[in-house]
Amino acid sequence: MKKLINSSDALNVIKNGDTLLVGGFGLSGTPLTLLDEIAESDKTDLTVVSNNLGEAGRGLGKLLLAGNLKKAVGSYFTTNRDAVEAWNNGNLEIELVPQGTLAEAIRCGGAGIGGFYTRTAVGTKIAEGKEEKVIDGERYILEKAIKGDVAIIKSLKADTLGNLIYDHTARNFNPLMATAAKTVIAEVDEIVEAGEIDPHQVVTPHLFVDYVVESKYVKKGGVYIESI
Amino acid sequence: MSQSNRIKIAKRVVEELPEGAVVNLGVGIPTLIPDYLDGKKVYLQSENGLLGIGPTPDEENVNMDLISASKKPITMDTGASLFDSADSFVIIRGGHVDAAVLGALQVDRYGEIANWAVPGKSILGVGGAMDLVAGAKKIIIASTHQAKNHQPKLVEKLTFPSSGIRKAEMLVTEHAVFKFTDDGPVLIEKLSDISMSELRDITGAEFKEKIKL
Repeated sequence: MKKLINSSDALNVIKNGDTLLVGGFGLSGTPLTLLDEIAESDKTDLTVVSNNLGEAGRGLGKLLLAGNLKKAVGSYFTTNRDAVEAWNNGNLEIELVPQGTLAEAIRCGGAGIGGFYTRTAVGTKIAEGKEEKVIDGERYILEKAIKGDVAIIKSLKADTLGNLIYDHTARNFNPLMATAAKTVIAEVDEIVEAGEIDPHQVVTPHLFVDYVVESKYVKKGGVYIESI
Repeated sequence: MSQSNRIKIAKRVVEELPEGAVVNLGVGIPTLIPDYLDGKKVYLQSENGLLGIGPTPDEENVNMDLISASKKPITMDTGASLFDSADSFVIIRGGHVDAAVLGALQVDRYGEIANWAVPGKSILGVGGAMDLVAGAKKIIIASTHQAKNHQPKLVEKLTFPSSGIRKAEMLVTEHAVFKFTDDGPVLIEKLSDISMSELRDITGAEFKEKIKL
């Protein structure tokens, strides 16, 4: 399979200072193997765009502790006490974005759209400094699209071309992120032959996926644990 | 706040949900609602990408890739569907959720909501709160009448950061049901034996009465 690489090779496409789009909602749909590789590397000044910053010491939380991060863009950081502490100490920049705005900004980033007007957050602190426009009598604010240098996403299954399907609510931001970065690396639980995934079921068509990495995590009792 | 009062609030909110409605539940008291639907069929939407939340799974059927927006394991109801985060917020922001039941830190006399940030604390989480406030067809606030420090939740003017200019339609507490109008809150139902003067004492905004007998 042409796109299949080792997880450590993924580090070759990530440069210091890059913006990474990282799939997941909490730890579900998060590329844990790829994040482990980054946390063990000397990558610095990364900006990550992800709904959360994992949990304390898990997922993206590892990158925070390892010192890989400069900035986090997402909707909810309160549940990772390390992120709150790092922000309070001035060790991490945070840009808070409403969850729906985050999703749409990434969708636009992948769809060739520069930004969009939304009613979400009009009249709140999050709207401060943003252009406001009245459309058909309703107030909207302008939100810019989000794009990444590299997207690292998690899928349940890839075929040998790179078509992807997802596990239940682990889909979340992953299909959007697959469209919105220059290079896309998908961590997958399983690889099957092209043709084995019913085309009706494919969520991310293969053209969006540059590289595929096999996950080193397996699920036991419904929870991911490291297998190697 | 006793659990029985929280359940009372949840049950009263259920009366407001039309059969077959698409409903999004926020954290706190709203999470009790699935247990008190009493046979009413509603379709629960979860902003991380599911329509049709089923009952909580037993331990051997937990899949941490099938979770609620509170990141708790769930199951799928018959006829459930899965989608990505952008489509999930098409549903929410686009006005396709019939009712959002949300908790609140404060609600002002016109129904403007503060439910995401506390002044003086690190403001590091908003999640889907502002999208729901902006987009749900109907917003019902399910909340205790007072905060833990006995400050009223219903206030003349918000002192906590607003969640958006869109107003809630209704507030349900353990003592009362209020509807919000352009003239301020209207008490439409009392849910406890509290006297009217006591109720006014523990409520932070003037309100009118239009109680159905």
